[in-house]
Amino acid sequence: MTPRRIVIVGASLAGLRTADSLRANGFTGELVLIGDEPHEPYDRPPLSKAVLAGRTGTDRLFLPSAQDLNARRLLGVAATGLDLAAGEVRLADDRRIGFDRLVIATGSRSRPWPVPGEAALRGVHLLRGREDADRIRADLTAGPRRVLVIGGGFTGSEVASSCHDLDIPVTVALRGAAPMASALGEAVGTAIGARQRAHGIDLRVRTTVTALHGDAEGRLRRVWLSDGDELEVDVAVVALGSVANTEWLAGCGLAADPRGVECDAAGRAMGLDCAVVPDVYVAGDVARWRHPHFDAEPQALQHWGNAVDQAEVAAHNLTHRHQRPATALPAFWSDQFGLNVKSVGLPHLADQVVLTQGSFERGPFVAAYGRGGITVGAVAVNSPRVLDGYAALITERAPFPPAINATDSPADATVLSAGSNSAESSGPALTTVHGGQS
Amino acid sequence: MTSTQPYPAAAAYGRLLDQANRHDPYPYFAELAGEPIQRLAEHRWVVSRHADITALLRDPRLSAQDDVDPEGPAGSDGKPFRGPFLMLDPPHHNTLRDQTMHQFMPRIMGMGPRIEAMVARLLDRQAGTGPGEFDVVTALAYPLPVGVICELLGVPAEEEPVFHSFASRLTRALDPVESLTEQEIAELQVTRADWRDYLMPMIARRRDRPGPDLVSGLLTDGDPETRMNTVELATTLGLLLIAGHETTVNLITNGTLALLRNPDVLDRLRADPGLAPAVVEEALRYDPPVQQTSRRATADVRIADQVVPAGDQVVILLGAGNRDPRRFAEPDRFWPERPGNAHLAFGGGVHYCFGAALARMEGQAALSAIATRLTRPRLVADPPPYRANMLLRGPEELRVGFDAVTG
Repeated sequence: MTPRRIVIVGASLAGLRTADSLRANGFTGELVLIGDEPHEPYDRPPLSKAVLAGRTGTDRLFLPSAQDLNARRLLGVAATGLDLAAGEVRLADDRRIGFDRLVIATGSRSRPWPVPGEAALRGVHLLRGREDADRIRADLTAGPRRVLVIGGGFTGSEVASSCHDLDIPVTVALRGAAPMASALGEAVGTAIGARQRAHGIDLRVRTTVTALHGDAEGRLRRVWLSDGDELEVDVAVVALGSVANTEWLAGCGLAADPRGVECDAAGRAMGLDCAVVPDVYVAGDVARWRHPHFDAEPQALQHWGNAVDQAEVAAHNLTHRHQRPATALPAFWSDQFGLNVKSVGLPHLADQVVLTQGSFERGPFVAAYGRGGITVGAVAVNSPRVLDGYAALITERAPFPPAINATDSPADATVLSAGSNSAESSGPALTTVHGGQS
Repeated sequence: MTSTQPYPAAAAYGRLLDQANRHDPYPYFAELAGEPIQRLAEHRWVVSRHADITALLRDPRLSAQDDVDPEGPAGSDGKPFRGPFLMLDPPHHNTLRDQTMHQFMPRIMGMGPRIEAMVARLLDRQAGTGPGEFDVVTALAYPLPVGVICELLGVPAEEEPVFHSFASRLTRALDPVESLTEQEIAELQVTRADWRDYLMPMIARRRDRPGPDLVSGLLTDGDPETRMNTVELATTLGLLLIAGHETTVNLITNGTLALLRNPDVLDRLRADPGLAPAVVEEALRYDPPVQQTSRRATADVRIADQVVPAGDQVVILLGAGNRDPRRFAEPDRFWPERPGNAHLAFGGGVHYCFGAALARMEGQAALSAIATRLTRPRLVADPPPYRANMLLRGPEELRVGFDAVTG
């Protein structure tokens, strides 16, 4: 039966692309797009980069639709509940919106600073939406003495890079052994960290923030770090990862928790009994699923490209009898400190990593990642145009380490441990890498 | 017939190389694309489909340089110099290409109006109220890119004919060696030596008295540690000349030919100059100036169900990929409005066409002017005669009749 009304909860990339793709697939029924932000859908990757650095404004981040969506937009109102039996979404203003099919694309939000009094200080920010970026930008243009970035993942690293672009002194404190280690592993994270330091960033690994202190006006002025140091800081950006927006699904019968909503590769939501729930699809950051290519636990892939792929798969499956799984290899990128970091596959699953092109120390490089002797991922730094070759290796489950033998391949590449298992000192970055050799 | 061929694809490939088929290689491309990968010879393969080509152009296991250890002068990286960056792998490829790009891009950014003015001047020579005909190749397609490159390099107008002559003679060097006669190979060596003799004094002059041109920029700008040396500079300039010249000639000529064979598109372009970018993209897909490229596998590479062993050569048929029905709806239709025109005319990966932006500017200016200034243009001969070059394929001349050329 062709659905008459499809309701999409979440009006960011995944939601918009689902709507777009539904129309492209010939869906002519009623389309409702619900979003808790008051804005038209906008693009988030520039927030931590071009917006903070002042190269663009948050009013210029529109996500274009390829189609005339002809959708009813309920923006600025959050969904607060789901009644599967009645086929209704409940909104914050108590309205109930009925659906024949539902797409859950509510995304995720930044994990807040755990101490509420400190989190409320002026100058302490999260970075997720337009308003966050505008507030941080305003603080950065006010000429802060120093910015503290708490967390060294992609967002934290990009924020630090933007501060560096603005010639603002910046300290990055992260609990792990290297920036982006949870995504890229310690070896590659350490190599990138060394380059961040070369730009003059005060990068402190295995360091946590023990306290944020404000002045009498409630403005952040000083921070304490676990290494005993004490810094004069006017701005702190908390970049400690994300939490899925699933509270509105509490008690509805779906397998939803702070890690996401579980779904199969076709995007179909799963119930608490692990069975597919009819007519409900999940896409984007909020989707927690098992990518068919990788032998791994269900996981949320919070990448721009994944949101697009899953949106297209959900739209296809909403309009076709044949259910297509999402099979595109995950890929993401980050721009920071003049480096383009691009990944394909799932490097974070790896137990081993090997440098396959270039050098960790300088210039472009590519590293391949292996798990159980199979190539599962690759990361290219300033070398994005070679990654299709690695995608082919990952697709064919090529043995690890893969044979590349390119002109810029190192003559004697050593297979390293990929993970962050090392308790050794952060020291000069690369000694840690070699200390992790297996 | 084919049963005597050890490799059936070699016969279709042979027909591609055959001058008799130069005017329309597409049936043979289609024949070769019947399989994703086929063997042409003992260590030589051919790949024809869009998806495979796209992936292979971005695969570091496919090298653009030959595996022969070079002899001769050293490059700026201290290793023996191997040739133009088109035929080098990273990392030295990137060092040379990035420097050149750094000089090239800012200089072409504002060139649009000057390119349009050059096109206008060239067509002014044909202007008149009466019927007549002219050869698009000699009147427009050839002089335009020569003029542009001479301006970029700071070559005085009176030396343009010299450049023109070098461009056409050096271009044969890019054809598959097996399609060249021994005499042609010998002539090429002489031409290369002449080219160097011509360039060296020019480089020396720029070194003494740098100007605003690209050559002076390459000689004086950037990090002296990694700056290209004179041999590399001369080679790079040769590359810009050949790769940026003959290709643009073919883009303009092939595009004009396609427009004249598809009068409905010509009418739409005349009515809407905003269609020019799409027309150029479609011309690049429909009849690409560069028809093929090749790579050497540095490791065993799986392509479809075949493992190409390390060391083997892979011929990549860009012209076939551009007509792949798996990627393009109605691939044989010249249709500028087609959605998602991800053509392969500029290649891909680290060797993605260096001059793509400039080629687009020149192509758009030329095809727009053809559409708007010629009254009732038509082909005098269809098909036109083609040059021998197979890799950079295009008409030798393209005579176009008209009722008038407006001012």
